[in-house]
Amino acid sequence: MEKLGLDPGVVARARALAAEAGAPVVELARSHTTVSVERAVLRLAGVRGADSDGIPWVNRLVDAVRADVGLGHGVSVPVFAAMAREGIDDVTVLAQKAAAGAVTFGVPAKKAELVAARRAATRAANAGLKVVDRRRVERERLIKRFGDAPRRPWIYLIVATGDIYEDIPQAQAAARAGADVIAVIRSTGQSLLDYVPEGATREGFAGTYATQENFRLMRAALDETSKELGRYVRLTNYASGLCMPEMAAMAGMERLDMMLNDSMYGILFRDINPIRTFVDQRFSRQVHARAGIIINTGEDNYLTTADAVEAAHTVTVSQLMNEFFAHEAGLEDWQLGLGHAFEINPEVPESFRLELAHALLARELFPDAPLKWMPPTKHMTGDVFRGNLLDGFFNLVGALTGQGILLVGMMTEAVVTPWLSDRDIALQNVRYVLNGAGNLHEDFVPAPGGFIQRRAHEVLGEAVELLERIVADSMLTAIADGTFGIMKRPADRGKGLDGVARHDGDYFNPVTNALEGLR
Amino acid sequence: MSIVRPYGDTTGDGMVQVSFTLPVTHDKRAEGAAIQLANKMGLDPAMLVHAKPMGDGFTFFVVYGRVTHLVDTEKVQVVERDYPLLSAKDVNAVIKRKLRRRLSVVGACIGTDAHTVGIDAILNVKGIAGEKGLEYYRELAVTNMGAQVSVPELVETARAQKADAVLVSQVVTQRDAHLQNTRAMTAAFREALPAGKRPLLIVGGPRFDELMAAELGVDRIFGRGTTPREVASYLVHALLGDQK
Repeated sequence: MEKLGLDPGVVARARALAAEAGAPVVELARSHTTVSVERAVLRLAGVRGADSDGIPWVNRLVDAVRADVGLGHGVSVPVFAAMAREGIDDVTVLAQKAAAGAVTFGVPAKKAELVAARRAATRAANAGLKVVDRRRVERERLIKRFGDAPRRPWIYLIVATGDIYEDIPQAQAAARAGADVIAVIRSTGQSLLDYVPEGATREGFAGTYATQENFRLMRAALDETSKELGRYVRLTNYASGLCMPEMAAMAGMERLDMMLNDSMYGILFRDINPIRTFVDQRFSRQVHARAGIIINTGEDNYLTTADAVEAAHTVTVSQLMNEFFAHEAGLEDWQLGLGHAFEINPEVPESFRLELAHALLARELFPDAPLKWMPPTKHMTGDVFRGNLLDGFFNLVGALTGQGILLVGMMTEAVVTPWLSDRDIALQNVRYVLNGAGNLHEDFVPAPGGFIQRRAHEVLGEAVELLERIVADSMLTAIADGTFGIMKRPADRGKGLDGVARHDGDYFNPVTNALEGLR
Repeated sequence: MSIVRPYGDTTGDGMVQVSFTLPVTHDKRAEGAAIQLANKMGLDPAMLVHAKPMGDGFTFFVVYGRVTHLVDTEKVQVVERDYPLLSAKDVNAVIKRKLRRRLSVVGACIGTDAHTVGIDAILNVKGIAGEKGLEYYRELAVTNMGAQVSVPELVETARAQKADAVLVSQVVTQRDAHLQNTRAMTAAFREALPAGKRPLLIVGGPRFDELMAAELGVDRIFGRGTTPREVASYLVHALLGDQK
């Protein structure tokens, strides 16, 4: 239901500008590859495991190919041509030989060998994608069998012990206490690792390493709990940082249900090179689209560095960009957990009405997206009593504006990683608000021309102005100049730039071909 | 009056409120156990006002009670601010007069810590709590290296920028990472630069003990609630001496 009286012409203009601003970025993503995209292809094609130093075989293999022929052809043809030449039928074995320096890579000169290598690569990649497809069907079946989350918003809780075997009972307890979605926070620093650690891990800092084995263990445990509770509990991790494409592939193969995946977060907050990020992001979103995974974008982060009132329109702009990039990569509206947050300074007069206006604007701009509503963090002070009240108002905005995914705020934010009792009190807060006011959105209609409507129009207007400037300057320039979240990130700097390569004329990627062929 | 006790609603009543969780199923015995714990903590009498089961085998308690302990405020040890608090204008003026060049400050979060909230609050123009950050000070040349900076990178940048002061923020404290990172940082600076050439080393974060400066090898520790103006005033005081 239309509550803000937004001008459809202005909304359409905003979307058109986002598409115009995004088009050159998509072109950039279509004409480049990265080490992580190529490693993701090899993971789907069946490379598993790591060497004795814990460096994954996909890294060793991509590095070996790159040293011989560069990345511009893609690794698939050199790898599968070498398999045929060496008479090896297991691609992990090839990786091991290559790491020992026993294989040289090249692009076959003979047409027949080239075609055969492409065909073999396609076959292997399709086998990986078939696993992803099976997982998707499995999810749909389990949701039907166990039942889905009983209501919207889905209640999203975090675990972050650093030890997967400690995370599991905590996640199961959180699910029993009412969580519909469990997110396992990653160890700080993983986003800047240019490889994915292997196996079950028991030590991380402020989070647990994302590994394929950890994904598998947690998903299996939550399947147990889903069965016990009679509702499917979703699992979330991160497709972000330098290994975004590989995370997406692993998530698809292990039936994760949601992944944090923002178009600009890595650039702005982790100083990852912009081109690296956009190339990795497009590939990872194509995989998410295929896997039926819901992405969560990270607009909440802008508001933790910039002022939440002054920068409200940058959130809208980023949501529009994230939507454009997501649609372009094949994601549907139901898969877009666009982010926003309750981060206005509570001392600001009318702060609650401003929050309502911003949240409702997001709701009405993206009516079919399951918006991700993030709790206050910046103005949580250690006064846990006030924090609990603030979280209650956050929950109320969530209920009033029909948010899709509600990350449960902790009154001990900025104090400790949540205690058992903190989580219990936070869930009690959510339950009280949803039970008492969950349907209040039916009655809540802001006064025509009133404060909330005017504020929403103002933010949308500012977003359109900013988009016009971005189109005029180009997206990469806007990022370089610090338009988003204050950080300045030029396109020729940042981490991971050396892992980017422009496509050669014969670039071949069987996964991208399959994912784009489907559409 | 240097001897005090907690205040509930009457001077001298000694009343406090605590909450905690015990790993026991909620029943009468659990409530008794909570009161026993409160008694051992010095609450006497202890009033159990709330007990609630949480998940399997845990109970959450809220207890009010009178504590018998007294504190002597004369005997409390803290790091008091031992420098005058200056305005941004005064900070700029002192640097201009005494240093005759911009004072160079390099800031970073080191180790795997990705939380830039602290360093940004102090350095970004935006600042915190209505106070502008150090980038706003005309006479300060600020280099904010952001998060997950390695110690060698920090030393290198400090050298390249001819840093007068290095500010390091540490938020993550799991397994004492903040202490280990700080020690590694100060050791690297001691190794890289002779005493007279070394920048002022400052760490900040919500979980540091401000009394540990000497032990960690830093010149100053700033705790929770520090504002940019306090840091700027300290820099001027420590590097340029008393301002009269």
